[in-house]
Amino acid sequence: MTPAQWLRRLGFYLVIVLIAAFLALPVLWLVFAPFDRTPTLATSLPAWTLHNFATLADNPYALRSLGNSVLLAVGTMVLVTVLGALAAYALSRVRIPGRDGLLYALLLLSSIVTGTAAMVPIFLLIYQLNLIDSQLGVVLVLSGGLLPAAIFIMKDFMDTTPRSYEESARVFGAGPLQILRDVVVPVVRPGIATCAVWTVVNVWGNFLTPFILLRSPEKSPAAVVLYTFYTEGGQPNLGLISAFSLLYSVPVVAMYLFVNRRYGFRFHGGIKR
Amino acid sequence: MAQATSPPTDREPGREPEPGRGRASAAAGADDAAGLGRVRASAFVVPALGLVGVFLVFPAIWTLYLGLTNFRLTGVAAAHPKVVGLDNYTNALGDPGFLNSLWLTLLYVLGSAVVGQSVLGFVVVWLMREAPRAVRTTVETLVMLAWILPSSVVSFLWIAMLDRDAGTLNALLHTPGTAWLISHPLLSIIVFNTWRGTAFSMLLYSAALDGVPPSQLESARLAGASGWQQLRDVVFPHIRGHLLTNLLLISLWTFNDFAPYLITAGGPNGASETLPVFVYQTAISDGRLGFGSAISLLMLLINLVLAVGYLRLLRERRP
Repeated sequence: MTPAQWLRRLGFYLVIVLIAAFLALPVLWLVFAPFDRTPTLATSLPAWTLHNFATLADNPYALRSLGNSVLLAVGTMVLVTVLGALAAYALSRVRIPGRDGLLYALLLLSSIVTGTAAMVPIFLLIYQLNLIDSQLGVVLVLSGGLLPAAIFIMKDFMDTTPRSYEESARVFGAGPLQILRDVVVPVVRPGIATCAVWTVVNVWGNFLTPFILLRSPEKSPAAVVLYTFYTEGGQPNLGLISAFSLLYSVPVVAMYLFVNRRYGFRFHGGIKR
Repeated sequence: MAQATSPPTDREPGREPEPGRGRASAAAGADDAAGLGRVRASAFVVPALGLVGVFLVFPAIWTLYLGLTNFRLTGVAAAHPKVVGLDNYTNALGDPGFLNSLWLTLLYVLGSAVVGQSVLGFVVVWLMREAPRAVRTTVETLVMLAWILPSSVVSFLWIAMLDRDAGTLNALLHTPGTAWLISHPLLSIIVFNTWRGTAFSMLLYSAALDGVPPSQLESARLAGASGWQQLRDVVFPHIRGHLLTNLLLISLWTFNDFAPYLITAGGPNGASETLPVFVYQTAISDGRLGFGSAISLLMLLINLVLAVGYLRLLRERRP
Protein backbone atom coordinates (compact mmCIF):
# COMPACT_ATOMS: atom_id res chain seq x y z
CA MET A 1 0.00 0.00 0.00
CA THR A 2 1.11 3.50 -0.72
CA PRO A 3 1.38 5.99 2.15
CA ALA A 4 -1.73 7.75 0.84
CA GLN A 5 -3.72 4.54 1.06
CA TRP A 6 -2.38 3.91 4.55
CA LEU A 7 -3.52 7.34 5.58
CA ARG A 8 -6.92 6.73 4.09
CA ARG A 9 -7.30 3.43 5.97
CA LEU A 10 -6.24 5.16 9.17
CA GLY A 11 -8.80 7.92 8.70
CA PHE A 12 -11.46 5.34 7.88
CA TYR A 13 -10.91 3.43 11.10
CA LEU A 14 -10.56 6.60 13.14
CA VAL A 15 -14.05 7.68 12.07
CA ILE A 16 -15.44 4.23 12.83
CA VAL A 17 -13.84 4.23 16.28
CA LEU A 18 -15.27 7.68 17.02
CA ILE A 19 -18.77 6.64 15.95
CA ALA A 20 -18.57 3.39 17.91
CA ALA A 21 -17.40 5.30 21.00
CA PHE A 22 -20.28 7.76 20.69
CA LEU A 23 -22.72 4.87 20.42
CA ALA A 24 -21.23 2.71 23.14
CA LEU A 25 -20.33 5.28 25.77
CA PRO A 26 -23.79 5.76 27.35
CA VAL A 27 -24.49 2.02 27.39
CA LEU A 28 -21.32 1.07 29.26
CA TRP A 29 -22.77 2.34 32.52
CA LEU A 30 -25.71 -0.04 32.12
CA VAL A 31 -23.30 -2.93 31.72
CA PHE A 32 -20.94 -2.15 34.60
CA ALA A 33 -22.78 -0.18 37.29
CA PRO A 34 -25.27 -2.94 38.24
CA PHE A 35 -22.36 -5.14 39.30
CA ASP A 36 -20.38 -2.46 41.11
CA ARG A 37 -20.10 -2.51 44.89
CA THR A 38 -20.17 1.30 45.02
CA PRO A 39 -21.76 2.47 41.80
CA THR A 40 -21.28 6.12 40.83
CA LEU A 41 -22.49 8.03 37.81
CA ALA A 42 -19.08 7.61 36.23
CA THR A 43 -18.42 4.60 34.06
CA SER A 44 -15.72 2.39 35.50
CA LEU A 45 -14.81 -1.26 35.74
CA PRO A 46 -16.72 -2.56 38.74
CA ALA A 47 -15.67 -4.17 41.99
CA TRP A 48 -17.86 -7.17 41.26
CA THR A 49 -20.89 -7.90 43.40
CA LEU A 50 -24.49 -9.00 43.02
CA HIS A 51 -25.56 -6.99 46.04
CA ASN A 52 -27.48 -4.45 43.92
CA PHE A 53 -29.85 -7.12 42.75
CA ALA A 54 -30.57 -8.00 46.37
CA THR A 55 -31.45 -4.33 46.99
CA LEU A 56 -33.76 -4.59 44.03
CA ALA A 57 -35.56 -7.60 45.47
CA ASP A 58 -36.08 -5.72 48.75
CA ASN A 59 -37.65 -2.69 47.10
CA PRO A 60 -41.45 -2.89 47.38
CA TYR A 61 -42.10 -1.27 44.01
CA ALA A 62 -39.36 -2.54 41.70
CA LEU A 63 -40.27 -6.17 41.08
CA ARG A 64 -43.94 -5.43 41.31
CA SER A 65 -43.64 -2.83 38.55
CA LEU A 66 -42.01 -5.42 36.29
CA GLY A 67 -45.06 -7.59 36.95
CA ASN A 68 -47.25 -4.64 35.97
CA SER A 69 -45.25 -4.20 32.78
CA VAL A 70 -45.80 -7.85 31.95
CA LEU A 71 -49.52 -7.47 32.67
CA LEU A 72 -49.87 -4.42 30.42
CA ALA A 73 -47.73 -5.91 27.66
CA VAL A 74 -49.48 -9.29 27.63
CA GLY A 75 -52.95 -7.76 27.93
CA THR A 76 -52.34 -5.40 25.04
CA MET A 77 -50.61 -8.10 23.02
CA VAL A 78 -53.56 -10.50 23.32
CA LEU A 79 -56.10 -7.82 22.46
CA VAL A 80 -54.10 -6.43 19.53
CA THR A 81 -53.12 -9.80 18.05
CA VAL A 82 -56.53 -11.44 18.30
CA LEU A 83 -58.62 -8.48 17.12
CA GLY A 84 -55.96 -7.46 14.61
CA ALA A 85 -55.63 -10.94 13.12
CA LEU A 86 -59.40 -11.33 12.70
CA ALA A 87 -59.72 -7.94 11.06
CA ALA A 88 -56.64 -8.45 8.89
CA TYR A 89 -57.91 -11.80 7.66
CA ALA A 90 -61.34 -10.48 6.79
CA LEU A 91 -59.83 -7.43 5.06
CA SER A 92 -57.37 -9.57 3.17
CA ARG A 93 -59.88 -12.12 1.89
CA VAL A 94 -63.30 -10.55 1.67
CA ARG A 95 -64.20 -7.52 -0.42
CA ILE A 96 -66.03 -5.53 2.20
CA PRO A 97 -67.40 -2.31 0.68
CA GLY A 98 -65.14 0.66 1.33
CA ARG A 99 -62.20 -1.52 2.27
CA ASP A 100 -59.52 0.39 0.44
CA GLY A 101 -60.56 3.73 1.86
CA LEU A 102 -60.72 2.19 5.29
CA LEU A 103 -57.19 0.85 5.07
CA TYR A 104 -55.88 4.17 3.83
CA ALA A 105 -57.63 5.99 6.68
CA LEU A 106 -56.22 3.54 9.21
CA LEU A 107 -52.70 4.02 7.97
CA LEU A 108 -53.07 7.78 8.07
CA LEU A 109 -54.63 7.75 11.53
CA SER A 110 -52.06 5.52 13.09
CA SER A 111 -49.31 7.95 12.17
CA ILE A 112 -51.17 11.15 13.07
CA VAL A 113 -52.93 10.40 16.34
CA THR A 114 -49.90 9.66 18.45
CA GLY A 115 -50.04 9.30 22.21
CA THR A 116 -48.22 12.62 22.47
CA ALA A 117 -50.40 14.70 20.19
CA ALA A 118 -53.63 13.22 21.53
CA MET A 119 -52.50 13.21 25.16
CA VAL A 120 -55.12 15.71 26.31
CA PRO A 121 -58.28 14.17 24.80
CA ILE A 122 -57.14 10.66 25.73
CA PHE A 123 -56.57 11.76 29.31
CA LEU A 124 -60.02 13.38 29.40
CA LEU A 125 -61.73 10.40 27.79
CA ILE A 126 -60.27 8.02 30.34
CA TYR A 127 -61.14 10.50 33.10
CA GLN A 128 -64.78 10.62 31.95
CA LEU A 129 -64.91 6.83 31.68
CA ASN A 130 -63.68 6.59 35.28
CA LEU A 131 -60.71 4.57 34.15
CA ILE A 132 -58.01 6.81 35.60
CA ASP A 133 -55.61 4.70 37.67
CA SER A 134 -56.91 1.54 36.04
CA GLN A 135 -54.63 -0.76 34.08
CA LEU A 136 -57.56 -1.64 31.84
CA GLY A 137 -57.67 1.98 30.66
CA VAL A 138 -53.98 1.84 29.74
CA VAL A 139 -54.45 -1.45 27.86
CA LEU A 140 -57.43 -0.08 25.91
CA VAL A 141 -55.66 3.14 24.94
CA LEU A 142 -52.48 1.34 23.91
CA SER A 143 -54.46 -1.26 21.93
CA GLY A 144 -56.42 1.41 20.10
CA GLY A 145 -53.17 3.09 19.13
CA LEU A 146 -51.35 -0.05 18.04
CA LEU A 147 -54.16 -1.86 16.22
CA PRO A 148 -54.03 0.00 12.88
CA ALA A 149 -50.35 -0.75 12.36
CA ALA A 150 -50.88 -4.32 13.61
CA ILE A 151 -53.67 -4.89 11.10
CA PHE A 152 -51.29 -3.67 8.43
CA ILE A 153 -48.44 -5.93 9.42
CA MET A 154 -50.69 -8.98 9.55
CA LYS A 155 -52.67 -8.16 6.42
CA ASP A 156 -49.36 -7.96 4.57
CA PHE A 157 -48.52 -11.50 5.67
CA MET A 158 -51.96 -12.78 4.80
CA ASP A 159 -51.96 -11.20 1.35
CA THR A 160 -48.83 -13.16 0.48
CA THR A 161 -50.13 -16.55 1.61
CA PRO A 162 -51.77 -18.53 -1.17
CA ARG A 163 -55.51 -19.03 -1.07
CA SER A 164 -55.22 -22.53 -2.49
CA TYR A 165 -54.86 -24.10 0.99
CA GLU A 166 -58.14 -22.66 2.09
CA GLU A 167 -59.80 -23.59 -1.17
CA SER A 168 -58.71 -27.22 -0.96
CA ALA A 169 -59.80 -27.45 2.67
CA ARG A 170 -63.17 -26.15 1.55
CA VAL A 171 -63.39 -28.75 -1.16
CA PHE A 172 -62.97 -31.38 1.53
CA GLY A 173 -65.94 -29.94 3.35
CA ALA A 174 -64.34 -27.93 6.16
CA GLY A 175 -66.41 -25.06 7.55
CA PRO A 176 -65.09 -21.46 7.49
CA LEU A 177 -64.16 -21.32 11.17
CA GLN A 178 -62.54 -24.73 11.00
CA ILE A 179 -60.49 -23.59 8.02
CA LEU A 180 -59.46 -20.53 9.95
CA ARG A 181 -58.33 -22.50 12.96
CA ASP A 182 -56.67 -25.44 11.23
CA VAL A 183 -55.39 -23.93 7.99
CA VAL A 184 -55.02 -20.16 8.16
CA VAL A 185 -53.63 -19.69 11.66
CA PRO A 186 -50.78 -22.21 11.23
CA VAL A 187 -49.86 -20.71 7.86
CA VAL A 188 -49.73 -17.08 9.00
CA ARG A 189 -48.11 -17.87 12.34
CA PRO A 190 -44.92 -15.90 11.51
CA GLY A 191 -47.02 -12.81 10.88
CA ILE A 192 -48.88 -13.22 14.14
CA ALA A 193 -45.61 -13.79 16.01
CA THR A 194 -44.03 -10.70 14.47
CA CYS A 195 -47.02 -8.65 15.47
CA ALA A 196 -47.04 -10.03 19.00
CA VAL A 197 -43.35 -9.24 19.55
CA TRP A 198 -43.79 -5.80 18.04
CA THR A 199 -46.70 -5.06 20.40
CA VAL A 200 -44.86 -6.27 23.48
CA VAL A 201 -41.77 -4.18 22.68
CA ASN A 202 -43.96 -1.14 22.14
CA VAL A 203 -45.86 -1.46 25.39
CA TRP A 204 -42.80 -2.49 27.40
CA GLY A 205 -41.02 0.76 26.63
CA ASN A 206 -44.04 3.07 26.64
CA PHE A 207 -43.71 5.75 29.27
CA LEU A 208 -46.22 8.49 28.51
CA THR A 209 -49.53 6.59 28.51
CA PRO A 210 -49.15 4.88 31.91
CA PHE A 211 -47.49 8.04 33.24
CA ILE A 212 -50.59 10.16 32.63
CA LEU A 213 -53.27 7.50 33.17
CA LEU A 214 -52.06 5.76 36.33
CA ARG A 215 -51.75 7.36 39.75
CA SER A 216 -50.68 4.73 42.27
CA PRO A 217 -47.12 3.41 42.22
CA GLU A 218 -48.44 -0.11 42.99
CA LYS A 219 -50.07 -0.20 39.55
CA SER A 220 -47.35 1.55 37.55
CA PRO A 221 -45.16 -0.32 35.08
CA ALA A 222 -41.38 -0.36 35.23
CA ALA A 223 -41.04 2.54 32.78
CA VAL A 224 -42.75 4.91 35.21
CA VAL A 225 -41.34 3.46 38.44
CA LEU A 226 -37.78 3.67 37.12
CA TYR A 227 -38.38 7.31 36.28
CA THR A 228 -39.62 8.05 39.80
CA PHE A 229 -36.52 6.32 41.21
CA TYR A 230 -34.23 8.88 39.65
CA THR A 231 -36.39 11.97 39.90
CA GLU A 232 -37.73 11.78 43.44
CA GLY A 233 -35.82 14.06 45.79
CA GLY A 234 -32.69 13.16 47.67
CA GLN A 235 -29.71 11.08 46.72
CA PRO A 236 -30.71 8.60 44.01
CA ASN A 237 -29.92 5.01 44.91
CA LEU A 238 -27.61 4.17 42.02
CA GLY A 239 -27.25 0.51 42.92
CA LEU A 240 -31.00 0.11 42.77
CA ILE A 241 -31.41 2.19 39.60
CA SER A 242 -28.67 0.41 37.68
CA ALA A 243 -29.76 -3.12 38.62
CA PHE A 244 -33.38 -2.27 37.88
CA SER A 245 -32.52 -0.68 34.52
CA LEU A 246 -30.62 -3.76 33.48
CA LEU A 247 -33.34 -6.19 34.54
CA TYR A 248 -35.95 -4.08 32.81
CA SER A 249 -33.90 -3.90 29.58
CA VAL A 250 -33.08 -7.60 29.30
CA PRO A 251 -36.45 -8.73 27.87
CA VAL A 252 -36.43 -6.28 24.93
CA VAL A 253 -32.81 -7.07 24.12
CA ALA A 254 -33.62 -10.78 24.25
CA MET A 255 -36.62 -10.32 21.98
CA TYR A 256 -34.53 -8.30 19.54
CA LEU A 257 -31.88 -11.01 19.40
CA PHE A 258 -34.56 -13.65 18.92
CA VAL A 259 -36.25 -11.80 16.06
CA ASN A 260 -32.91 -10.90 14.53
CA ARG A 261 -31.76 -14.50 14.50
CA ARG A 262 -35.07 -15.93 13.39
CA TYR A 263 -36.12 -13.49 10.70
CA GLY A 264 -33.21 -11.09 10.29
CA PHE A 265 -33.82 -7.51 11.27
CA ARG A 266 -34.40 -6.08 7.84
CA PHE A 267 -37.20 -4.05 6.42
CA HIS A 268 -39.68 -6.72 5.61
CA GLY A 269 -41.38 -7.56 8.85
CA GLY A 270 -41.74 -3.90 9.71
CA ILE A 271 -40.84 -4.05 13.38
CA LYS A 272 -40.54 -0.69 15.02
CA ARG A 273 -40.91 0.52 18.58
CA MET B 1 -47.57 5.31 20.44
CA ALA B 2 -48.44 3.65 17.19
CA GLN B 3 -46.37 4.53 14.25
CA ALA B 4 -46.88 3.66 10.66
CA THR B 5 -44.40 0.95 10.13
CA SER B 6 -44.81 0.39 6.46
CA PRO B 7 -41.40 0.41 4.93
CA PRO B 8 -41.25 2.01 1.54
CA THR B 9 -40.98 -1.36 -0.10
CA ASP B 10 -44.45 -2.28 1.11
CA ARG B 11 -47.30 -2.32 -1.25
CA GLU B 12 -49.82 0.40 -0.78
CA PRO B 13 -53.14 -0.54 0.74
CA GLY B 14 -55.84 -0.98 -1.78
CA ARG B 15 -53.43 -1.21 -4.65
CA GLU B 16 -52.35 -4.74 -4.11
CA PRO B 17 -53.01 -7.17 -6.90
CA GLU B 18 -56.14 -9.20 -6.42
CA PRO B 19 -55.17 -12.71 -7.39
CA GLY B 20 -58.65 -14.17 -7.15
CA ARG B 21 -60.30 -11.50 -9.14
CA GLY B 22 -59.72 -12.17 -12.80
CA ARG B 23 -60.24 -15.86 -12.38
CA ALA B 24 -63.77 -15.78 -11.09
CA SER B 25 -65.14 -12.35 -11.61
CA ALA B 26 -68.74 -13.52 -11.42
CA ALA B 27 -69.14 -14.05 -7.69
CA ALA B 28 -68.77 -11.13 -5.31
CA GLY B 29 -66.90 -13.28 -2.81
CA ALA B 30 -64.46 -14.67 -5.33
CA ASP B 31 -61.50 -13.79 -3.09
CA ASP B 32 -63.20 -15.31 -0.12
CA ALA B 33 -61.31 -18.58 -0.12
CA ALA B 34 -62.57 -19.86 3.22
CA GLY B 35 -66.19 -19.04 2.44
CA LEU B 36 -66.43 -16.54 5.27
CA GLY B 37 -69.19 -14.44 3.77
CA ARG B 38 -69.68 -10.73 4.18
CA VAL B 39 -71.61 -10.87 7.43
CA ARG B 40 -69.05 -12.95 9.25
CA ALA B 41 -66.23 -10.92 7.71
CA SER B 42 -67.80 -7.74 9.06
CA ALA B 43 -68.10 -9.34 12.47
CA PHE B 44 -64.36 -9.98 12.31
CA VAL B 45 -63.55 -6.38 11.49
CA VAL B 46 -65.96 -4.60 13.83
CA PRO B 47 -64.30 -5.28 17.23
CA ALA B 48 -60.95 -3.95 16.06
CA LEU B 49 -62.52 -0.93 14.41
CA GLY B 50 -64.64 -0.28 17.49
CA LEU B 51 -61.58 -0.13 19.71
CA VAL B 52 -59.72 2.08 17.24
CA GLY B 53 -62.83 4.25 16.91
CA VAL B 54 -63.26 4.86 20.62
CA PHE B 55 -59.64 5.21 21.69
CA LEU B 56 -58.00 6.72 18.63
CA VAL B 57 -60.50 8.38 16.30
CA PHE B 58 -62.85 9.79 18.91
CA PRO B 59 -60.11 11.56 20.92
CA ALA B 60 -58.79 13.16 17.75
CA ILE B 61 -62.24 14.48 16.82
CA TRP B 62 -63.09 15.47 20.37
CA THR B 63 -60.03 17.72 20.40
CA LEU B 64 -61.80 19.89 17.85
CA TYR B 65 -64.55 20.64 20.39
CA LEU B 66 -62.35 20.72 23.51
CA GLY B 67 -60.06 23.30 21.98
CA LEU B 68 -63.01 25.68 21.75
CA THR B 69 -63.82 25.46 25.48
CA ASN B 70 -62.27 26.59 28.75
CA PHE B 71 -62.28 23.01 30.09
CA ARG B 72 -60.50 22.41 33.40
CA LEU B 73 -60.26 19.43 35.71
CA THR B 74 -61.18 21.32 38.87
CA GLY B 75 -63.09 24.46 39.79
CA VAL B 76 -66.03 26.14 38.06
CA ALA B 77 -64.87 25.40 34.55
CA ALA B 78 -64.82 21.69 35.38
CA ALA B 79 -68.52 21.51 36.16
CA HIS B 80 -69.70 23.91 33.48
CA PRO B 81 -67.17 24.23 30.68
CA LYS B 82 -67.96 27.23 28.52
CA VAL B 83 -67.39 27.55 24.82
CA VAL B 84 -64.86 30.31 24.40
CA GLY B 85 -64.59 30.13 20.64
CA LEU B 86 -61.22 30.66 19.11
CA ASP B 87 -59.79 32.29 22.24
CA ASN B 88 -57.51 29.34 22.97
CA TYR B 89 -56.02 29.56 19.50
CA THR B 90 -55.50 33.32 19.57
CA ASN B 91 -54.06 32.99 23.07
CA ALA B 92 -51.73 30.24 21.92
CA LEU B 93 -50.45 32.24 18.97
CA GLY B 94 -49.72 35.16 21.32
CA ASP B 95 -48.31 33.02 24.11
CA PRO B 96 -44.54 33.41 24.40
CA GLY B 97 -44.29 29.97 26.03
CA PHE B 98 -46.01 28.34 23.07
CA LEU B 99 -44.05 30.24 20.43
CA ASN B 100 -40.80 29.48 22.22
CA SER B 101 -41.76 25.83 22.37
CA LEU B 102 -42.70 25.74 18.68
CA TRP B 103 -39.31 27.22 17.76
CA LEU B 104 -37.44 24.78 20.01
CA THR B 105 -39.36 21.88 18.47
CA LEU B 106 -38.36 23.03 14.99
CA LEU B 107 -34.70 23.18 16.04
CA TYR B 108 -35.01 19.81 17.75
CA VAL B 109 -36.50 18.14 14.66
CA LEU B 110 -34.03 19.78 12.28
CA GLY B 111 -31.03 19.14 14.48
CA SER B 112 -31.67 15.62 15.67
CA ALA B 113 -33.73 14.05 12.89
CA VAL B 114 -33.11 15.83 9.59
CA VAL B 115 -29.41 16.40 10.25
CA GLY B 116 -28.38 14.13 13.12
CA GLN B 117 -30.06 10.78 12.56
CA SER B 118 -30.18 11.01 8.81
CA VAL B 119 -26.52 11.96 8.33
CA LEU B 120 -25.18 9.59 10.96
CA GLY B 121 -27.36 6.79 9.62
CA PHE B 122 -26.02 7.31 6.12
CA VAL B 123 -22.41 7.62 7.24
CA VAL B 124 -22.69 4.37 9.17
CA VAL B 125 -24.18 2.53 6.20
CA TRP B 126 -21.62 3.98 3.77
CA LEU B 127 -18.60 3.20 5.95
CA MET B 128 -19.79 -0.28 6.85
CA ARG B 129 -19.78 -1.37 3.21
CA GLU B 130 -16.00 -1.53 3.31
CA ALA B 131 -15.57 -2.59 6.92
CA PRO B 132 -14.77 -6.15 8.00
CA ARG B 133 -17.75 -8.21 9.06
CA ALA B 134 -16.96 -8.12 12.78
CA VAL B 135 -16.71 -4.32 12.83
CA ARG B 136 -19.92 -4.07 10.87
CA THR B 137 -21.85 -6.33 13.23
CA THR B 138 -20.54 -4.49 16.28
CA VAL B 139 -21.45 -1.04 15.05
CA GLU B 140 -24.87 -2.13 13.79
CA THR B 141 -25.63 -3.84 17.09
CA LEU B 142 -24.70 -0.68 19.00
CA VAL B 143 -26.98 1.42 16.81
CA MET B 144 -29.85 -1.03 17.29
CA LEU B 145 -29.24 -1.22 21.04
CA ALA B 146 -29.70 2.53 21.41
CA TRP B 147 -32.99 2.18 19.58
CA ILE B 148 -34.54 -0.75 21.39
CA LEU B 149 -33.70 0.05 25.02
CA PRO B 150 -36.69 1.53 26.91
CA SER B 151 -36.75 5.33 26.99
CA SER B 152 -36.70 5.54 30.80
CA VAL B 153 -33.45 3.58 30.76
CA VAL B 154 -31.66 5.50 28.02
CA SER B 155 -32.74 8.79 29.55
CA PHE B 156 -31.05 7.94 32.80
CA LEU B 157 -27.96 6.70 30.95
CA TRP B 158 -27.64 10.16 29.39
CA ILE B 159 -28.36 11.98 32.65
CA ALA B 160 -25.54 9.94 34.19
CA MET B 161 -23.15 10.53 31.31
CA LEU B 162 -23.77 14.29 31.26
CA ASP B 163 -23.71 14.71 35.03
CA ARG B 164 -21.94 17.80 36.35
CA ASP B 165 -19.78 16.16 38.98
CA ALA B 166 -19.30 12.51 38.10
CA GLY B 167 -20.38 12.33 34.47
CA THR B 168 -18.25 10.36 32.05
CA LEU B 169 -18.31 13.13 29.46
CA ASN B 170 -16.70 15.66 31.78
CA ALA B 171 -14.07 13.10 32.72
CA LEU B 172 -13.27 12.46 29.06
CA LEU B 173 -13.22 16.10 27.98
CA HIS B 174 -11.43 17.29 31.14
CA THR B 175 -14.20 19.81 31.74
CA PRO B 176 -15.06 19.16 35.40
CA GLY B 177 -18.12 20.93 36.72
CA THR B 178 -19.79 21.59 33.37
CA ALA B 179 -23.52 21.01 33.78
CA TRP B 180 -24.37 20.17 30.18
CA LEU B 181 -28.08 19.77 30.80
CA ILE B 182 -28.23 23.27 32.25
CA SER B 183 -25.81 25.16 30.04
CA HIS B 184 -26.72 23.39 26.76
CA PRO B 185 -30.12 21.76 27.32
CA LEU B 186 -31.33 21.84 23.71
CA LEU B 187 -28.01 20.66 22.31
CA SER B 188 -28.01 17.84 24.86
CA ILE B 189 -31.40 16.49 23.83
CA ILE B 190 -30.52 16.91 20.15
CA VAL B 191 -27.38 14.81 20.56
CA PHE B 192 -29.35 12.36 22.68
CA ASN B 193 -32.03 11.91 20.04
CA THR B 194 -29.44 11.52 17.29
CA TRP B 195 -27.90 8.71 19.31
CA ARG B 196 -31.28 7.23 20.12
CA GLY B 197 -32.91 7.13 16.68
CA THR B 198 -30.17 6.60 14.09
CA ALA B 199 -31.20 2.96 13.69
CA PHE B 200 -34.21 3.68 11.54
CA SER B 201 -32.21 5.75 9.05
CA MET B 202 -29.50 3.11 9.03
CA LEU B 203 -31.95 0.31 8.25
CA LEU B 204 -33.71 2.31 5.58
CA TYR B 205 -30.55 3.55 3.84
CA SER B 206 -29.07 0.11 4.01
CA ALA B 207 -32.11 -1.27 2.17
CA ALA B 208 -31.89 1.64 -0.27
CA LEU B 209 -28.21 1.09 -1.07
CA ASP B 210 -28.93 -2.56 -1.83
CA GLY B 211 -31.02 -1.26 -4.70
CA VAL B 212 -28.15 0.69 -6.31
CA PRO B 213 -26.85 -1.40 -9.23
CA PRO B 214 -23.23 -2.38 -8.44
CA SER B 215 -22.40 -2.19 -12.16
CA GLN B 216 -23.13 1.53 -12.23
CA LEU B 217 -20.91 2.14 -9.20
CA GLU B 218 -18.21 0.04 -10.83
CA SER B 219 -18.29 1.96 -14.10
CA ALA B 220 -18.25 5.26 -12.22
CA ARG B 221 -15.18 4.07 -10.35
CA LEU B 222 -13.50 2.95 -13.57
CA ALA B 223 -14.25 6.32 -15.12
CA GLY B 224 -12.27 7.81 -12.22
CA ALA B 225 -15.10 9.26 -10.17
CA SER B 226 -14.12 10.14 -6.62
CA GLY B 227 -16.08 8.84 -3.62
CA TRP B 228 -18.01 12.07 -3.44
CA GLN B 229 -18.80 12.06 -7.17
CA GLN B 230 -20.02 8.47 -6.97
CA LEU B 231 -22.30 9.46 -4.12
CA ARG B 232 -23.68 12.50 -5.90
CA ASP B 233 -24.11 11.10 -9.38
CA VAL B 234 -24.81 7.41 -8.88
CA VAL B 235 -26.05 6.74 -5.37
CA PHE B 236 -28.12 9.80 -4.61
CA PRO B 237 -30.44 9.64 -7.65
CA HIS B 238 -31.26 6.05 -6.75
CA ILE B 239 -32.07 6.63 -3.10
CA ARG B 240 -33.80 10.01 -3.36
CA GLY B 241 -37.20 8.46 -2.68
CA HIS B 242 -35.93 6.61 0.37
CA LEU B 243 -34.26 9.77 1.58
CA LEU B 244 -37.48 11.77 1.48
CA THR B 245 -39.48 8.95 3.05
CA ASN B 246 -36.94 8.69 5.82
CA LEU B 247 -36.87 12.43 6.48
CA LEU B 248 -40.65 12.65 6.71
CA LEU B 249 -41.00 9.67 9.04
CA ILE B 250 -38.20 10.56 11.43
CA SER B 251 -39.42 14.17 11.52
CA LEU B 252 -42.89 12.93 12.43
CA TRP B 253 -41.57 10.71 15.20
CA THR B 254 -39.13 13.26 16.56
CA PHE B 255 -41.84 15.90 16.57
CA ASN B 256 -43.93 13.58 18.78
CA ASP B 257 -41.04 12.47 20.97
CA PHE B 258 -41.66 12.71 24.70
CA ALA B 259 -38.16 11.63 25.77
CA PRO B 260 -36.88 15.21 26.36
CA TYR B 261 -39.25 15.32 29.31
CA LEU B 262 -37.45 12.39 30.88
CA ILE B 263 -34.07 14.08 30.58
CA THR B 264 -34.59 17.79 31.17
CA ALA B 265 -38.35 18.04 31.90
CA GLY B 266 -38.28 21.05 29.57
CA GLY B 267 -35.91 23.01 31.76
CA PRO B 268 -34.13 25.07 32.74
CA ASN B 269 -36.79 27.77 32.35
CA GLY B 270 -38.33 26.20 29.28
CA ALA B 271 -35.04 26.14 27.39
CA SER B 272 -35.69 22.59 26.15
CA GLU B 273 -39.48 22.59 26.31
CA THR B 274 -40.50 20.99 23.03
CA LEU B 275 -44.21 20.90 22.14
CA PRO B 276 -45.02 17.50 23.69
CA VAL B 277 -43.47 18.66 26.96
CA PHE B 278 -45.27 22.01 26.71
CA VAL B 279 -48.65 20.28 26.21
CA TYR B 280 -47.99 18.00 29.15
CA GLN B 281 -47.02 20.90 31.43
CA THR B 282 -49.94 23.17 30.52
CA ALA B 283 -52.71 20.59 30.15
CA ILE B 284 -51.93 17.76 32.55
CA SER B 285 -49.78 19.48 35.19
CA ASP B 286 -51.52 22.89 35.25
CA GLY B 287 -54.95 21.52 34.34
CA ARG B 288 -55.63 23.96 31.47
CA LEU B 289 -57.24 21.28 29.33
CA GLY B 290 -59.01 23.59 26.88
CA PHE B 291 -55.82 25.47 26.06
CA GLY B 292 -53.91 22.18 25.96
CA SER B 293 -56.45 20.75 23.54
CA ALA B 294 -56.02 23.68 21.21
CA ILE B 295 -52.29 22.99 21.11
CA SER B 296 -52.93 19.25 20.71
CA LEU B 297 -55.00 20.05 17.65
CA LEU B 298 -52.19 22.13 16.20
CA MET B 299 -49.87 19.17 16.75
CA LEU B 300 -52.33 16.81 15.07
CA LEU B 301 -52.47 19.17 12.08
CA ILE B 302 -48.69 19.24 11.77
CA ASN B 303 -48.70 15.42 11.98
CA LEU B 304 -51.34 15.34 9.27
CA VAL B 305 -49.23 17.43 6.93
CA LEU B 306 -46.18 15.20 7.46
CA ALA B 307 -48.19 11.97 7.13
CA VAL B 308 -50.01 13.06 3.99
CA GLY B 309 -46.67 14.04 2.49
CA TYR B 310 -45.36 10.58 3.30
CA LEU B 311 -48.36 8.80 1.78
CA ARG B 312 -48.17 10.88 -1.38
CA LEU B 313 -44.52 9.95 -1.73
CA LEU B 314 -45.39 6.29 -1.38
CA ARG B 315 -47.95 6.59 -4.12
CA GLU B 316 -45.69 8.54 -6.47
CA ARG B 317 -42.87 6.06 -6.21
CA ARG B 318 -45.03 3.25 -7.50
CA PRO B 319 -44.54 2.56 -11.17
